[in-house]
Amino acid sequence: MSNTKYILGHFEDPDDLMHGIEQLQANDISIYDVFTPMPIHGIEAKLGIKRSRLPIAAFCFGITGTITAFLMIFYMLVLDWPIDIGGKPAFAFPDFIPVMFELTVLFCSFGMVGTFFFANHLFPGRAPRVMDLSATDDRFIIAIDAKKNPHLDKIDHLLKTAGAVEVKYNERKYVSYE
Amino acid sequence: MGNHSHNHNFSELFKFSGKPRVWCLVAILIGIISVGYGFFTGDMERTFANLLLMAYYITCVCAAGLFFLAIQYVAQAGWSAGLVRIPQAFARVLPVASVILIAVCAGGLYTHELYHHWHAEGLTDPNSPHYDAVIAGKASFLNMPFFLTRLVVFLGVYSIFSFVLTKFSANEDMEGGLNSYRKSITWSAVFLVIFGFTTPIWAFDTIMSLEAHWFSTMFGWYNFAAMWVSGLCAITLTVILLKKSGHLPWINESHLHDLGKFIFAFSIFWTYVWFAQFLLIYYANIPEETVYFYKRWEPEYLPWFWVNIVINFICPILILMTRDAKRRMNTLMYVCILLLCGHWLDYYMMIMPGTVAEHRGFGIIEIGTALGFAGLFVFLMLSQLSKKALVPIHHPFLEESLHHQI
Repeated sequence: MSNTKYILGHFEDPDDLMHGIEQLQANDISIYDVFTPMPIHGIEAKLGIKRSRLPIAAFCFGITGTITAFLMIFYMLVLDWPIDIGGKPAFAFPDFIPVMFELTVLFCSFGMVGTFFFANHLFPGRAPRVMDLSATDDRFIIAIDAKKNPHLDKIDHLLKTAGAVEVKYNERKYVSYE
Repeated sequence: MGNHSHNHNFSELFKFSGKPRVWCLVAILIGIISVGYGFFTGDMERTFANLLLMAYYITCVCAAGLFFLAIQYVAQAGWSAGLVRIPQAFARVLPVASVILIAVCAGGLYTHELYHHWHAEGLTDPNSPHYDAVIAGKASFLNMPFFLTRLVVFLGVYSIFSFVLTKFSANEDMEGGLNSYRKSITWSAVFLVIFGFTTPIWAFDTIMSLEAHWFSTMFGWYNFAAMWVSGLCAITLTVILLKKSGHLPWINESHLHDLGKFIFAFSIFWTYVWFAQFLLIYYANIPEETVYFYKRWEPEYLPWFWVNIVINFICPILILMTRDAKRRMNTLMYVCILLLCGHWLDYYMMIMPGTVAEHRGFGIIEIGTALGFAGLFVFLMLSQLSKKALVPIHHPFLEESLHHQI
């Protein structure tokens, strides 16, 4: 048992899972993470998860796109190669706006996809990090760091009374390094 | 999550009495006096332009309520079930608002105060000194009988749908079951198709034909965006004010967040369409098209041209960008009020240069007419709202709406 790194409590019902979280929190056992096959409303607040900083990243990517587009067109159409288009001045700002808008969207969406891959360690050719594959199917899983919470019997008991159908003791964090 | 526990009193009715009722009646009185003042002092065209502006505005807000309702049914949306009675009340006002709009248009045509660019003596007669070849070419579409027929048919059809959809919801309250809901989905889908094809023509007729030489195919969508944003703001403002007065306790900040997202997104959509129309005209630079912006670029209108964009685009995008702003009731309320004023200005910028042009004004007639119509709309809408329970008690997704959380 001493090699156990993570304890995984498997639940078949989200209500039992929520009940399990409450029981663990009432006994001061820290929860490492929770995996569910579908979104459960209110679980972030219950686990005390901080608000995602993804919107800030999105804003930064977006504004980078806007500035890139502006500088690019400004260099092309005003500095490097001014062309007379319909008698308009070279620096015809309304013409810039569609391109600035589109590059904002493009940078923002690519940046968000990149951030998502980065945050989740998903890269081409790399196996995704999964603590238990059944969480992608029909099981609701609470993961507990065994090093921080040494009272395994108590955790086992709490999980089972809360309605866990199975409790696993994993000696490695992820099942899918292969 | 399976627990059907709530302690809301759904049988409570909204009572429309006391101060709100008095204020509405005062506003209507101010409106009547202002319009009377406008006619009495001889500002016929300006008064008619203001009547058209506000009649069109409230008809659009009512139609947007109906559109909101139809979208919720077609999408089988659950989040909005707790607040659909408000757009339903909007939809119930649509027939009255339509009659007013038709009366204003017919009155404007009859007195030649509105639409005289295409409706005047001799415009289509080649032998007349007033002959106008462009208008003559459009006469088979822009003539008084066909114009009024279109308006009556479109608004009549919308009114029928508003009657039917609210009727289904009332039946649902009595009978329960999914029968009414299923029928609502079908009728809503049919309505959305009809509405989508006819609103641009409605906007071409009532507003764009004020400057009959000019045309823009973007104009219909531009008006639709304005209609939708102002309708959403009116719905949200009604929800917030009702909640502040102690009604709708089941509406939580997630509902407000969703409404706020709608307003935020469609303010950007409004700008998108506004700019799409502007850019094409600017880029092509054809005199018969640029005349529209030329008029609005005159010193008389130029400051308001920019104020329009600041209020309707820059303000909502900066104020409503964060999640917290959309969830804070007061912030959302002020943005709604700002946007409702902003879209009044938007309609003002559409209508005034084509009617009163350099004789435009902002005074008793403008403020009084706006107040009067706003009072009339609120009066009718709250009267309709007080007739039914504030919640469709047998709505299949009501439970989802009560637990709405994002």
